[in-house]
Amino acid sequence: MTKISMTVNDKAVSRDVPDNTLLVEFIRENLRLTGTHVGCDTSQCGACVVHVDGKAIKSCTTLAASVDGATVTTVEGLANGKELHPVQQAFKDNHGLQCGFCTPGMIMSATDMIARYQASGEELTEAAIRHELEGNICRCTGYHNIVKSIQDAAAKMANA
Amino acid sequence: MFDTTYHRAASVADAAETAAKADDAAYLSGGQTLLPTMKQRLASPSDLVDLSQIAEMQGISVAGDTVTIGAGTPHADVAGSTDVQNAIPALAALAGNIGDPAVRARGTLGGSIANNDPAADYPAACLGLNATIVTNTRELAAADFFEGLFETALEEGEIVTAVRFPVPSRAAYAKFPNPASRYAMAGVMVAQTGDGVRVAVTGAGNDGVFRHEAMEAALGTNWSADALADVSTDADDMLSDMHGSAEYRAHLVGVMAKRAVESA
Ligand SMILES: Cc1cc2nc3c(=O)[nH]c(=O)nc-3n(C[C@H](O)[C@H](O)[C@H](O)COP(=O)(O)OP(=O)(O)OC[C@H]3O[C@@H](n4cnc5c(N)ncnc54)[C@H](O)[C@@H]3O)c2cc1C
Ligand code: FES
Ligand code: FES
Repeated sequence: MTKISMTVNDKAVSRDVPDNTLLVEFIRENLRLTGTHVGCDTSQCGACVVHVDGKAIKSCTTLAASVDGATVTTVEGLANGKELHPVQQAFKDNHGLQCGFCTPGMIMSATDMIARYQASGEELTEAAIRHELEGNICRCTGYHNIVKSIQDAAAKMANA
Repeated sequence: MFDTTYHRAASVADAAETAAKADDAAYLSGGQTLLPTMKQRLASPSDLVDLSQIAEMQGISVAGDTVTIGAGTPHADVAGSTDVQNAIPALAALAGNIGDPAVRARGTLGGSIANNDPAADYPAACLGLNATIVTNTRELAAADFFEGLFETALEEGEIVTAVRFPVPSRAAYAKFPNPASRYAMAGVMVAQTGDGVRVAVTGAGNDGVFRHEAMEAALGTNWSADALADVSTDADDMLSDMHGSAEYRAHLVGVMAKRAVESA
């Protein structure tokens, strides 16, 4: 057992967990934040993407112990009270989800890519969005509305 | 995943010492290969020694004609480094096409070459650019480091700490990714280096990354895609699996090599 402390969605948390605990298990089973999903056991689907120290990573392929001390944001940490984050709002407006299983990971990857592209000044084109979504699998939508949602959010966030 | 004991190493020396004391330790860098393997119970190290917070294994520096990259540097940092983009654009581009953004945020150069997956990208960069692999005990030429499928010259407990890449006069990498995994079905690094023309192939060979000597000879006299028209790749030396036959891969190597030369 190891005592793991992190800041998750702006709250300091701390739990004793076995050393082999994955970050996604820590988030879902210890913190009971079940918005972060597990869609595969091969590190390929991206349903588990969260931000660790500002970077999108797969929480199913990260040990909780190895990010002890980090700042973590999960999909539950994006909205401001009842006001959705612009990326969440754009997924709602553009029908960017059907069953919704992949959506938390899609949204966390989308916020990360928009932030990176806006910081570098590079244009987040449709082709770039599709390349960036390489590690996020959706079984329902066929991706078109996900891409549209991200384009919409990026445009609104650029003007914000 | 089986039980394991986690250690966060503060320095290279600390990591080596901790690993030596353990029953059956494994080093953990980005975990993008090791953790999926442990989750499938194909590996069960008694101890994990985490190298990812070791400052001396991080970062990129350029001095003269050499780019040195700490083994703990994530793929995303190599891809995004203006130093690497300016000195060896082919290397930055290669790193930017490994896996997906989340894999690139955590996976590291050292972890990739220590693992030496026959379909990984970095081994082609190291061999094609004639890199030197620096460990905690010695330095090795890339040609002496990679020893076949998932095999390297690393001794028990040895740690890759950095890789030194000589800056080529030009180079390019072309990869045909497996559409599902993004690993290379065939990836070819072509380079004009101080050591002559080098062509390194990953993803295709049945003994891991290799130099394509016939292509090197052809490009040495005529640096153009046309020079490769009559150079064949022996299917007997290629991998054959459900993703593609040996003949298919042999053909793909030629196509990727031409694309690489055209974009160099
Ligand atoms: C979905 C997905 C897609 C991927 N696609 C690609 C791809 O297209 N191309 C590609 O090349 N790779 C790909 N990878 C692999 C990725 O690049 C890994 O990051 C890399 O192979 C291993 O690096 P790591 O830092 O994660 O190492 P780890 O998983 O931490 O370690 C891998 C192995 O190396 C050992 N090790 C780690 N660091 C050192 C060191 N410094 N010295 C000695 N031994 C060490 C470990 O003990 C372990 O045995 C993909 C991975 C995933 C999950
Ligand atoms: S659950 Fe993490 S990638 Fe599928
Ligand atoms: S909406 Fe169902 S998996 Fe994407």
